[in-house]
Amino acid sequence: MGFFIEVLIGGLLSGVLYSLVALGFVVIFKASGVLNFAQGSMVLLAGLAFVRAQAFLGETFPFWISVAGGLAFAVAIMVIVAWLVEKFVLTRLINQSSLSLFMATIGLAFVIDELSQIAFGSEVYAVKIGIPREPIIVLTGLFDGGVLLNSVDLWAAIIAACLVLILVVFFQKTGTGLALRAVADDHAAAQSVGIPIPWTWLIIWSVAGLIALAAAVLWGTKVGIQYSIVFLAMKALPVLILGGFTSIPGAIVGGLLIGAGEKLAEVFIGSMIGGGIEYWFAYVVALIFLMIWPQGLFGERLIERI
Amino acid sequence: MAQIERETNGQSGIGTTPILSVNNIEVIYDQVVLVLKGVSLAVPRGGIVSILGANGAGKTTTLKAISNLLKSEKGLVTKGIIEFDGRRVDNTTPNDLVSNGCVQVMEGRHCFAHLSIHENLLTGAFTRRNGKAAIQRDLDAVYEYFPRLRERRKSLAGYVSGGEQQMCAIGRAMMSRPKMILLDEPSMGLAPKIVEEIFGIVKTLNEAQGVSFLIAEQNTNMALRYATYGYILETGRIVLDGSADDLRQNEDVKEFYLGIADSNRTSFRDVKSYRRRKRWLA
Ligand SMILES: Nc1ncnc2c1ncn2[C@@H]1O[C@H](COP(=O)(O)OP(=O)(O)OP(=O)(O)O)[C@@H](O)[C@H]1O
Ligand SMILES: [Mg+2]
Repeated sequence: MGFFIEVLIGGLLSGVLYSLVALGFVVIFKASGVLNFAQGSMVLLAGLAFVRAQAFLGETFPFWISVAGGLAFAVAIMVIVAWLVEKFVLTRLINQSSLSLFMATIGLAFVIDELSQIAFGSEVYAVKIGIPREPIIVLTGLFDGGVLLNSVDLWAAIIAACLVLILVVFFQKTGTGLALRAVADDHAAAQSVGIPIPWTWLIIWSVAGLIALAAAVLWGTKVGIQYSIVFLAMKALPVLILGGFTSIPGAIVGGLLIGAGEKLAEVFIGSMIGGGIEYWFAYVVALIFLMIWPQGLFGERLIERI
Repeated sequence: MAQIERETNGQSGIGTTPILSVNNIEVIYDQVVLVLKGVSLAVPRGGIVSILGANGAGKTTTLKAISNLLKSEKGLVTKGIIEFDGRRVDNTTPNDLVSNGCVQVMEGRHCFAHLSIHENLLTGAFTRRNGKAAIQRDLDAVYEYFPRLRERRKSLAGYVSGGEQQMCAIGRAMMSRPKMILLDEPSMGLAPKIVEEIFGIVKTLNEAQGVSFLIAEQNTNMALRYATYGYILETGRIVLDGSADDLRQNEDVKEFYLGIADSNRTSFRDVKSYRRRKRWLA
């Protein structure tokens, strides 16, 4: 039993990262109906900008300043990207179908991938933000030998939870959040009350950029920042199918379910069929879901009335 | 020539310069479909003016041309001048226009379905920068005008009745503190009693808050009872305009828009009015 709990918690904690990446997709999809294929590339860019700036500052400044400076630099980069995307991609494609916008984000993904590696390098960079690496043992009273936790995962979960909380407050309690929800509901009506659509794009892409940064730093702490991080975004797709493309709680729950599910499947079923389940488990689950519950667990109920 | 005549007519009623004047505008959709073929109209400060016409006449297009909401539908004002409150506005943004006091209530109400009534009203204050207290006061005022909205303030707008949605849309527009509201078919799909109630509130807002209204309607009878002046639009042209009283007495309006068939009419007059109608359409 102790072992089961251990695998479960480990899976949930790593699922937090899937939730984060999925969240990046959800905020953009909700506000503009665009599936942002470049979300994974934004994770790469944010991660590279952070590690490289931190390394540069680390040469002259104390550790915490280099971390803060690196974060500030990466935030600035992500806001600039949001601005450029708004000015040169979205504004040009205003009133186009969401398919052409989706195609545009595919192009954007390649551009960001290339430029970020040209600007910041294409090696594997370790992320050090002072998260302790020793494993933690909890619940020793309950189970024989306790439950072993990866402390990086634990910290990642705590930081991600804070981020989600901030996002929820932002969307539910601020005037800007209200305007963004209004745009997500009805573009034309939002314009009619004077909400400028390009402004909302800038905000929403910046928010997605910040989420990408958080995902990059947390994921990077585990495996370093490198090109393959863009494939982390691929894991977000099954999460979205599970949780629904427009639901913030859906992204969170979906990420946790996929994270826990794939670890449990790997450990308890994998041994029977030779392992490797972790790599495709999420996609099979998503496929099954698509067939029986295409709106996702938390897919928005459309209000239809005439 | 007819143009100039119409302009001077359009400013009838209150003597000052109109708050809104539309001068000979042409609107093209998708770069090919010519929908408005030289429309001119004026709304006096503090007036209620109505644009009347059948389906597809161009009423909505006219209102959207004014509010700058056309661009997001691939529509373009290719000719003419629109002035609001002494300033040209034919090439600005809805945001700018709302900030300056002209807001549109769209056809079909367009409430934010997944936001509560209360939140819907708050979005109306988006362009305002004069503090929470002032916004709260106006919120209370809107709830005074629409007590039904206060009752439903926690409900999602998607789930309230059509009449309540129309009130929500008008209340939301009021939250921007407009000088003028462009109201597109407020009667659409509503029971006569509710329509009466809504027009009553429009009248109240006009008198108590001095808000000018330009109302597009197919419900000619209702519109002419509340408006002081009316324009009749047919396939992108204004074919007749005049004070509401004159329009109500006009035989053609009676026949074509009010559905009152005069039983004493001789066939001769029918023909004459048919010709007259032909002339407008030419
Ligand atoms: N986005 C658009 N693209 C192309 N044509 C359009 C568009 N919107 C409206 N039209 C056309 O413009 C004409 C006028 O439409 P408009 O909506 O202004 O009429 P309306 O008087 O408001 O009609 P209704 O009473 O049905 O609302 C119609 O022939 C319509 O087909
Ligand atoms: Mg219309």
